[in-house]
Formats: sequence, structure tokens, C-alpha cells
Amino acid sequence: MSYLTHADLGGQPGHGRVVPEPEGELFHATWEPRALALTLAMGATGAWNIDMSRAARETLPEYARLSYYEIWTHALEKLLLERGLLRPDEVEAGASAAGPWPALPRTLQAADVAAALARGAPTARPGPAPAFALGDAVRLRSGTVPHHTRLPGYARGRRGTITAVHGPHVFADAHAQGLGEQPCPLYTVAFSGSELWGGEPGAARLTVSIDAWEPYLERAS
Amino acid sequence: MAGMAHEHSHDGRHDHDHDHDHEHEHEHEHEHSEIGPMDLRVRALETVLAAKGYVDPAALDVLIDTYQTRIGPRNGARVVAKSWCNPVFRDWLLADATAAIASLGYSGRQGEHMHALENSDTVHHLVVCTLCSCYPWPVLGLPPTWYKSAPYRSRAVRDPRGVLADFGVVLPAETEIRVWDSTAELRYLVIPQRPAGSEHLNEEQLAALVTRDSMIGTGLARSPEAVA
Repeated sequence: MSYLTHADLGGQPGHGRVVPEPEGELFHATWEPRALALTLAMGATGAWNIDMSRAARETLPEYARLSYYEIWTHALEKLLLERGLLRPDEVEAGASAAGPWPALPRTLQAADVAAALARGAPTARPGPAPAFALGDAVRLRSGTVPHHTRLPGYARGRRGTITAVHGPHVFADAHAQGLGEQPCPLYTVAFSGSELWGGEPGAARLTVSIDAWEPYLERAS
Repeated sequence: MAGMAHEHSHDGRHDHDHDHDHEHEHEHEHEHSEIGPMDLRVRALETVLAAKGYVDPAALDVLIDTYQTRIGPRNGARVVAKSWCNPVFRDWLLADATAAIASLGYSGRQGEHMHALENSDTVHHLVVCTLCSCYPWPVLGLPPTWYKSAPYRSRAVRDPRGVLADFGVVLPAETEIRVWDSTAELRYLVIPQRPAGSEHLNEEQLAALVTRDSMIGTGLARSPEAVA
């Protein structure tokens, strides 16, 4: 099955300059905070996990032309539709069709919001001992990945150094596919600017780090 | 683009709905009250999900209020100011950022596994999420639009000095730039350099010098003269 992400933007040319924004400017339309809250509240129900939502967002065919909260809203609808929690005609009508509708593992009530946010969703787990150690030279796996992954394209096939060993974490690639958490060791891997971008002027005196799960790594000589 | 300053508070939103025909007449003078396709779509989604009992509209109000009034970059600014004033806290923050930050009451969603990155005369840190919008919410709140945008996500890892120039920041040519791409569930907080001439300030005054952008790495802390 082919999997196409539109979100792997690191290093892509042609996107122009960054437009800074004042610190207090959080939303740009009244629907944006509602879209944010709907996404968080549905995320808290356990109907899907965060890696599934990232996969739903990055595979939206219209990703590049949508604003970020539009991406969240479209992906929220997609996740609901896929699970039979929503029918397309309901959004059109602005009203719920006759049930019964599937029950969810839990729902987020107003009184529980503060505790739920404070708890968060830590991803550290017991799991296998790390195969790599601080200072090891590694090469990131190359080639395309047929499912959601957190290995950015610009780092694939590149040689880096382990600069931190974090212990096992929920493996995003497996989690996004509904294959369980499959915790595996997580590392920070640092690349020199020249390894990634050759002699480009922007790459001088530059180090770029990514956080990479063990299955992304091979030992480099 | 319109800011939220002109919008009604979400508490008034349901009353506001009943007034929307009336408001429509004033669209030309209140362009922000225009009801667009996304307003309708999100409103419909909320109505449907609430009717099924999947979401509690009151919980949505609490979520929005939390990120508009309680969880934002002033939290991170307090962490930075404390690290400038208190060497024991600074060492703890660099060794175990999650615990040190939690000791000030900031923890949880999108900040479960924190790491602090301290700038120096020779090293400047910059944080990005090239794959989506990962950001340390408990200390910085919601990410700004540019952080989630293609220009920032594409260029931060390839031409960070060019990105800094877009923010009006020019670093010495010999400074090493370290860019941190948030590809897993670790979240990064930059500790900017304490500005010169701030020796006499207390923690609270120092926190006022710490901008959101300086904690992402696209800015520097403000000088006391700039704030006075």
C-alpha cells in the first residue's frame, strides 16, 4: 500500500520567508479555537492516538493549501468518518443523524480538563536495552517508508552521531498503524550541516539533531 | 488577518449565534464577524459531536480558556528567569528539565519529556518541528502560525541564519547554530542568554525580558533598556 505524506518539509526549497507574529496573537478566526478544542477533546476520548492523528493530517491531499487549523479540522473529520463516528451528510446538515452511535472509551468533561492536561500522555515505557551508546556513529535508514514515520526525508541515508540515549518510547511508526506501542530505544542523533547540505553557505557552523527510534538506525563505520 | 482582540469571548458565543443575522448586516464594518465556510463546518461538527455525547461543549470552553489565559509563554519566561538567578535550579533544569519545570507547576500535555538548551557566547539553539507542529505547550502555550508554516519548517534545518534574519536577528559569523528537529515526543525549551545590564533586576523583572521567540531560538531576550 502506498503512503504519501505531504508534511515532510525539512529542507524543501521555495517556501519563501518566515512571517513573524506578535506573542499574543493565538487565533485568526473565531472557528479556530473551537477547532482546536474539538480536536483536543476528541483526542482525549481514546478513539485514536496522537500518531494516528498525525498520519491523518499529513496524508490529506489538500495539505499544502490548507491553514494549520483547517488541516486539524479536515483530519478530525477523516478520523471520525473512518471509525463510523460521523457520516458525511451530518456535517452538511449541521445535525446528528438518528443513532445508535458507537460508544467511546471515555469522554472529556469540563471538570476533568485541568487534570487531563496536567497528566498529558508520557511516552516513556519499559522496553529493550539500547543497542547504541553515546558517541556511536550511525547511519539513518534510506528509502521510502510505506506508512507514517517520524524519520524526516532530509536525514535518510545520512551519517550522524548519537548525542543522547533516552530509553524506550512508544514507537510512532507502529502506534500510527494500530500495531500497539512496541516501545523501542529513542536517541538524539546529530548531523553536521555539511553532511546534510554539502557546501551550502547556510550549512556552515551548523549542527542539526533529530530524535530517532532504534529501528531508524544502522551502525556506521 | 484578524486577531482575536476583536472577537467576542467564547463565553458569549452561544448568544452571539442568535445575533448572527443582525451582525451580518454590519459585515462591512465588522469583517471579522463574517460567517465563512469554516465557521459553519466547525460549528456543525461541534453540534453533531455534542449531540452524540462525544464532546462536552463546556469542556471545549475550558480548553480554550486554558490556552488563552493560563498556559502560555509567560510560564516559560518564569523558568528562564529562575535559571538566570538560581544556579542550583539552572543545573537541575539542564540535567532534568521535566522535573525542574514541573517544580514551578508546568507539566503535562506536549511537555511530558522536556529538554532545556542553554545558549552561550559560542552556541545558539533553534527549535523546529519539520514534520508537523510539535511544541512545548506547558511552557510556551500554542505554537504561533509561523512555527507551523512551510517557510519555517523547510528552512530552519537548512538555512537557520536566513530564518533568523527574517526575525531581525543577526548572530556573529563564528557562532555555532544547533537546530533541534522535534521528531519524537521530546520537547525543547531554549534558555536565551541573560542580557547585559540586567544584573540589578529581580526574577519577575527578568521574566519580562524573556520573549516567546527567544525560547524557540528565533529571538534574543530583550535588553532592560528596550523594556524601560
